[in-house]
Amino acid sequence: MLDLLLMLAVFAAAFATGYVLISRVPAMLHTPLMSMTNAISAVTILGALLLFTGHARTMEKTLGAAALAAAAFNLVGGFVITDRMLGLFRKKGSTDPGE
Amino acid sequence: MGQLLVDLGVSLILVLGISQFRTPRGARTGNLTAAFALACAVAIVLARHSVAALPVMLVAGAAGIATGCAMALRVRMIQIPAMVAFQHGMGGVAAFLVSFVELVGQTGRSLSSLSEVSALLGLCVGTATFSGSMVASGKLAGRIRQTPVILAGHNVVLAALSIGCVLLMLAAGLADRAAVVAAVSATLFVVAAAWGVVFSVRIGGADMPVLISFLNATAGLAAALCGVAIRNQLLIVCGATVAASGSILTHVMCRAMNRSLTNVFAGLRPADAGLEAGPATRAEAITPSRTCLENSPLPAEPLVQPETMDPFSRAIEAVRSAQSVIIVPGYGMALADAQETTVRLAERLASMGKSVLFAIHPVAGRMPGHMHVLLAEAEVDYGMIRELKDVNPQFAQTDLALIVGACDVVNPAAIESQGTPISGMPILLAHEAGTVIVCNLDDRPGYSGVENPLYRQPRTILLLGDAKETLARLFRDLV
Repeated sequence: MLDLLLMLAVFAAAFATGYVLISRVPAMLHTPLMSMTNAISAVTILGALLLFTGHARTMEKTLGAAALAAAAFNLVGGFVITDRMLGLFRKKGSTDPGE
Repeated sequence: MGQLLVDLGVSLILVLGISQFRTPRGARTGNLTAAFALACAVAIVLARHSVAALPVMLVAGAAGIATGCAMALRVRMIQIPAMVAFQHGMGGVAAFLVSFVELVGQTGRSLSSLSEVSALLGLCVGTATFSGSMVASGKLAGRIRQTPVILAGHNVVLAALSIGCVLLMLAAGLADRAAVVAAVSATLFVVAAAWGVVFSVRIGGADMPVLISFLNATAGLAAALCGVAIRNQLLIVCGATVAASGSILTHVMCRAMNRSLTNVFAGLRPADAGLEAGPATRAEAITPSRTCLENSPLPAEPLVQPETMDPFSRAIEAVRSAQSVIIVPGYGMALADAQETTVRLAERLASMGKSVLFAIHPVAGRMPGHMHVLLAEAEVDYGMIRELKDVNPQFAQTDLALIVGACDVVNPAAIESQGTPISGMPILLAHEAGTVIVCNLDDRPGYSGVENPLYRQPRTILLLGDAKETLARLFRDLV
């Protein structure tokens, strides 16, 4: 019971903090924001890694490998693409208008 | 205790990263900060536990990283929504696999009921996120039909699948033999996957931003549930943060279309709510657009219209004489691959001493903020970009509104008439500008199905046809 309350509290606190922080993000950055939070949700990679610890049996290793590959794809791909996207934003010009 | 400190530290770095999302430059640092936080978390897990089957782990990890990077480095900005949806799906896969192993693999150790319940929920949400995201990604990438697919008795099917999920979760919870739990969980996987598919196939077109934001939230939720199942606070923190972000974006998107979440998800396409455009009006609308399409690439033979000058010369005249211009890009611009041309034209106009702004509607594009990224790819100066509420008061004092591939977001019917599907939706007030030039493919109604009275306004010049060609021609003739 105590466990449940603790985890609910952690969830609620993180949700509230996230809500406050993210409602201030300007619309211009919504796509990079989603792509970054998408990468963050791949934190399940920790769960996938933990499947390999202790006495991992074949089933755990097989499914763990699939989970790990999916999570690593999401995690690294998400951060890389966000970085690339944000690198495209530029303000006032180095580029000379009209050739 | 040590674990708690580590989790807290990583969470704080993460919060620091997200709080930098105010400007593009800050966001870039913020993104790297968040990546660093997660890298630390991974490193700590690896350092603390002895790992079995290291080679398998390394190969799996490397395969994920390599494909992730390869795709991330190659996609164009128009493909970002499809890519992000696909990644949501991968997050879902990881969540349901971890939950599944937790459920099935460790039954001998007797899972606490809390872990079991959240593993079951994590399995469900993760699976539905996965299958729903695959459908969304397929639609966005144009691999499957983008229009909503409505099955016979769609709601009944969805309800039946939901009940199936609940019953299977109960069965898995009550079973005590590992083999039974495994079989029931596998069935649950199939049913939840079907649920995700049925749920997302009937959402399409301009409603995609809502779906993709919602899947963002459920991917976060799945991670958090997974965290409860394996008792990892960090998973809960990250999952909850992502769920919050996805919820906010879902809300922003719904508000920008003046529609409720249930309305979007029940597959009530705006067009079904009130059929403004009867088949007759549509048929009439198609005919002139065809003519213009065929004629537009032939500048040598200007369209001779009895009562007026040819629209192209009028447009050139309007652009030349305008002192202030607001460009309204829509998803049609991206479909015509006209971002570059639009931005170059904007720069040319600015260099001629005109004031030039881009006005962006929150739902322009296929995901929240998509239009900004599309323009950024075309190297726009983001100092020229304005949001709806900032730019709307300026239209009345503006000489020229240039619409590129946008329809519903500039449809004055949203404020002028009652009872249409888009009534009450916030729009860009392009119709208040001195002159309006519309560079759309045709003059048919947009996704909402509501005829756009802006097209028939006397101050409007319609340049129908491929926006890229039209704009390139405008650009050339301006010299």
